[in-house]
Amino acid sequence: MTSAGRADSGSPRRRQAGSLLRGLVGPALAFVGILAVIAIVWETAKLIGGVPWREVAGVPIDPPWNPPLRIGLFNDVNLPHVWEIVGAFFQPPSRRSEFTLGALLIDAAIFTWRGAAIGFVIGAVVGLLLAIVFVHSRLLERALVPYVIASQTVPIIALAPMVVLWIGRDWPSVALISAYLTFFPVTIAGIRGLASPDPRALELMRSYAAGRWTILRKVRLPAALPYLFTALKISATASVVGAIVAEAPTGIPGGLGRAIITFNQQYASGPQKLWATVIACAAVGILFFLLVRAAELLTLRGRQQPAT
Amino acid sequence: MTRSDSAPVVDIRGIYKEFEVDGSRTLALDGIDLAISPGEFVSLIGPSGCGKSTLLRLIGDLTGPTRGSIEVNGKPARQARSDRDYGMVFQAPVLFDWRTIEANVQLPLEIVGVGTDERRRRASEMIDLVELSEFGRHHPWQLSGGMQQRAAIARALVIQPKLLLMDEPFGALDEMTRERMNSELLRIWERTGTTVVFVTHSIPEAVFLSSRVVVMSARPGRLTHVIGIDLPRPRDESTRELDRYYELVTEVREALKAGRGPVTEESEMAAEFGARVSPEHTP
Ligand SMILES: Nc1ncnc2c1ncn2[C@@H]1O[C@H](COP(=O)(O)OP(=O)(O)O)[C@@H](O)[C@H]1O
Ligand SMILES: [Mg+2]
Repeated sequence: MTSAGRADSGSPRRRQAGSLLRGLVGPALAFVGILAVIAIVWETAKLIGGVPWREVAGVPIDPPWNPPLRIGLFNDVNLPHVWEIVGAFFQPPSRRSEFTLGALLIDAAIFTWRGAAIGFVIGAVVGLLLAIVFVHSRLLERALVPYVIASQTVPIIALAPMVVLWIGRDWPSVALISAYLTFFPVTIAGIRGLASPDPRALELMRSYAAGRWTILRKVRLPAALPYLFTALKISATASVVGAIVAEAPTGIPGGLGRAIITFNQQYASGPQKLWATVIACAAVGILFFLLVRAAELLTLRGRQQPAT
Repeated sequence: MTRSDSAPVVDIRGIYKEFEVDGSRTLALDGIDLAISPGEFVSLIGPSGCGKSTLLRLIGDLTGPTRGSIEVNGKPARQARSDRDYGMVFQAPVLFDWRTIEANVQLPLEIVGVGTDERRRRASEMIDLVELSEFGRHHPWQLSGGMQQRAAIARALVIQPKLLLMDEPFGALDEMTRERMNSELLRIWERTGTTVVFVTHSIPEAVFLSSRVVVMSARPGRLTHVIGIDLPRPRDESTRELDRYYELVTEVREALKAGRGPVTEESEMAAEFGARVSPEHTP
């Protein structure tokens, strides 16, 4: 930050609104830029080392372009053209389908995101509650944190089918598995954040004869917020991964996980459909991340910007 | 300042404080007796590690004594803390980043359960008193160190405590700012009539501010001298030019030397002597 600081510089509120916009627009532009670079590298690779180009976006070219090198990886199955992937969104995935792939993927994304978001909320609440308990009880922290860590070493692929067996082939299973991936970063960051206040701040609260509950609300939780948001951003993307991983092996219908399985089976005939699905998955994760990031900027406005 | 007849605000009797770290014990305070009357401004001065902060924290019941008793406002220190009888200011302002200055000053009132309107009114009164009126809506990090410390003083005073405990509140400020803050603190002290216990390691500061300067020695911490400061009030910049001011500064410096110095037989005797003499100076 250039002019962050001194009391005499501008209205704090106006600056906060500005930083909220800047906080989101900057990364968004960078993101689009990186996408463009990937597309260019992608097509350049095909131009130099792929298979002959007979048409571009459905329009025949004459004479066909013969790439100077032939590299096995760069063919139309492994790396379909960027425009074919984009085009896939606007075509039905199969002759029987009355909807475009894009419309179907939006439906699937909403289904998956709902499971992920519910799981995210549950996981965040559970994660924070655990952190609160651990910060107040050394004994429980010592006894239980190893289990919290061990819980994350269990492969989710192995857990998912069991959860589905118990709860059923629908979004509650997805939510539960998402919650399982969400709570961990929140607990770990929460322990650090809740313990982060200056000892003198706690002493100050003692001088007001403030109880634990008051100290938690007035000091520990506000101090933990930056830590928690860092964890929540990780959890937002992890919850989407969790949801997809929960759907895929168990074949829960309606979500992106199922779409991945389906288009994986059709990969040889239509690779662009799987690539489009992958993009949809990434988009859900990124949008969820941005949502949390926006909440972070709103919640933490007015705090000191970390020195840059 | 002469001692008034009224009951002491702080009454420290036979305080010993031991710390145990990794099984080895250190005696931080060794037999402290001290009584502080209403409206007094008492400074504790002594070499670093002599137990000034510990003594202040004992008065505030932020730690307990190994032996001895402390009464604040005629009740045990613990009771006084529950009754929010004192305000505390540390060397660092310890303001909360996420609160505006206003909201920081309101914090103690929130905890006590004072209503919103009353809270606003009293906080803005205190913010006016420390001359931060224009900065109520700013966040702490937007203020200079001196301004932050003034906000911390406003926060300590907002519950209208009978006693203000200050642990090197201006220790982190530059000399110029510190002198200005000293004058301001005296103005506030005179306006509020609060009793102040003030920890410092600056001799000029102690002399300029206090009605009494309590000199401590290190290892173990003892009161060696209690020096009454008979400079006229109200005090201002011209006070620092009085001959009596220089005499008192010298007297405090000599007292400190007697308590500290390299550990020779002589200085140990001086410390012993001072410690034995101290009860005469304290009621
Ligand atoms: N919490 C503590 N645990 C162990 N030793 C302590 C603690 N607080 C203070 N001490 C020791 O007590 C002595 C006095 O400390 P302190 O009151 O902070 O001195 P001062 O404020 O005069 O510099 C020092 O030797 C210090 O190491
Ligand atoms: Mg100290």
